[in-house]
Amino acid sequence: MNPAVAGSASATLRERVFALLAGVPDPEIPVLSVLDLGVIRHVSVAPDGSVEVGVAPTYSGCPATPMIKADILAALAGAGIRATAVDVLSPPWTSDWLSEEGRRKLEAYGIAPPAAAVGSPRALVHAEPVIACPRCRSQETERLFEFGSTPCKALYRCLSCREPFDYFKCL
Amino acid sequence: MTPHCRYVLRLADTNLVLAQRLGEWVGHAPALEEDLGLANVALDLLGQARLLLAHAGELEGRGRDEDALAYLREESEYLNLTLVEQPNGDFGLTIVRQFLFDAWQHALHEALEQSSDAKLAAIAAKAVKESSYHLRYSSGWLIRLGDGTPESHRRVADALTRLWPFTSELFDADDIDRAAAAAAIAPAPGALAAAWNRTVDDVLAAATLARPPAASYAWYGKQGRHSEHLGYLLAEMQSLHRAHPGVTW
Repeated sequence: MNPAVAGSASATLRERVFALLAGVPDPEIPVLSVLDLGVIRHVSVAPDGSVEVGVAPTYSGCPATPMIKADILAALAGAGIRATAVDVLSPPWTSDWLSEEGRRKLEAYGIAPPAAAVGSPRALVHAEPVIACPRCRSQETERLFEFGSTPCKALYRCLSCREPFDYFKCL
Repeated sequence: MTPHCRYVLRLADTNLVLAQRLGEWVGHAPALEEDLGLANVALDLLGQARLLLAHAGELEGRGRDEDALAYLREESEYLNLTLVEQPNGDFGLTIVRQFLFDAWQHALHEALEQSSDAKLAAIAAKAVKESSYHLRYSSGWLIRLGDGTPESHRRVADALTRLWPFTSELFDADDIDRAAAAAAIAPAPGALAAAWNRTVDDVLAAATLARPPAASYAWYGKQGRHSEHLGYLLAEMQSLHRAHPGVTW
C-alpha cells in the first residue's frame, strides 16, 4: 500500500475510534461520554492497524479509571478494532478539559459544572467560587460538604429553591 | 536498594499506611459526610501510593510489583513516617494528624513537581491538586473543632500535644534524604519547614490553639524503626493476601 493510501486508512480508523468513544459513557456520571470528560489524550494507529488510546485518570485513586479503560476496549473490540489503553499521567487531567457539550450535559443532569481552573493548586485551598444552582440558576448557594458521592464532586445546597445538588469540583 | 528507590518507597509507604488508617473510619465516622470525606481522602492517598509503589518496584528492578511491595514486606521494611501510623483515636485526633500531614504533603508535592525524576514529578503534579482539597478539609475541621465548644477544643488541643513530637521526623534529614536532595529528586526535608510553619501557624491561630513547644523524639519510621502500632496495622492489611497468595477480586 502506498503511504498516502495507508495514511488515509489510518485517518478513517481514527475517525471510527472517536465515533465509538463518543458512545462510551463515564461509569459514574453516565450522561457524559469519555470524550466529554476530556480523559482521552490520544488515539494513535500503528502501521499494523492496531490502536492505542491514552487515558488520563481524573483523580489518582478514582476507581472508575480501570472500568473506563475496560469499557473503551470492549466498545472497540465490538467493532472489530484491536486496541490497548494506556495511562497518561502527564500533564495531569484538569476539569478545564471537560468539553462545552459535557458542561451543558452535566448541568441538564442536575450537576453544577466546574468553575474555571484557578491559577495554582495552592489557590484551590482557599478558592470559594460562586456556584449557580443547576435547577433554578440562583447564585445564592452554599457548600454543604467538600466531598460527595465520587472523588470529583462536592455537595452544595441552593438557598433559593432549597434543593441540594452536586458540584463537579474544579481540579 | 538505591537511595532513590528508598526515597520513593518512603513516600509510597507513608501514603499507604495513612490510607489504611483512614479506611478504618469507614462505617464509624461521626456523620455520613465524614465517612465519605475520610474515605475520599484515603482513596486519593491510596491511588498515589499505588503509582509510587509501582515506580519504586521499577527502580528496584527485582520484579516486585505494587502488591508484592504492599503485602509482602515486614514491619521493619516499611519506611513510612511514624506520624501516619498513629492510631485514629477520636475524630479530633484523626483531624489533627491529617492536618499536620496535609500541610506537609501539600508543600512536598509542590516541590516534587520540579523533581529530576520525571515519573515522580508527574505523580506529584497530579497529586498536588488532590492534596489541596485534603488540606482544605482538615484545616476547616481543625478550625471548627478548636474554635468550637470547650470539649472539642480540649480534645484537639490534647491531640496536638500528643502528635506534635512526631512532626520533627518530617524535617530531619538523614542520608537517604540528603542523597535524594543532592540528585534533585526531592527537596531537602528542611526546605519544607517554612511553608509548613506558615500553614500550621495560620490555622492554629484561627482554631485558637497554641503551638506546642518543640519536643525530642525517638521514632524513625522512615528508617524502618516504628512505634508499636504499625505491626498491628500491617497484620490486618496483609493477612488476606498472605493467607491466599495471588488472590484477586
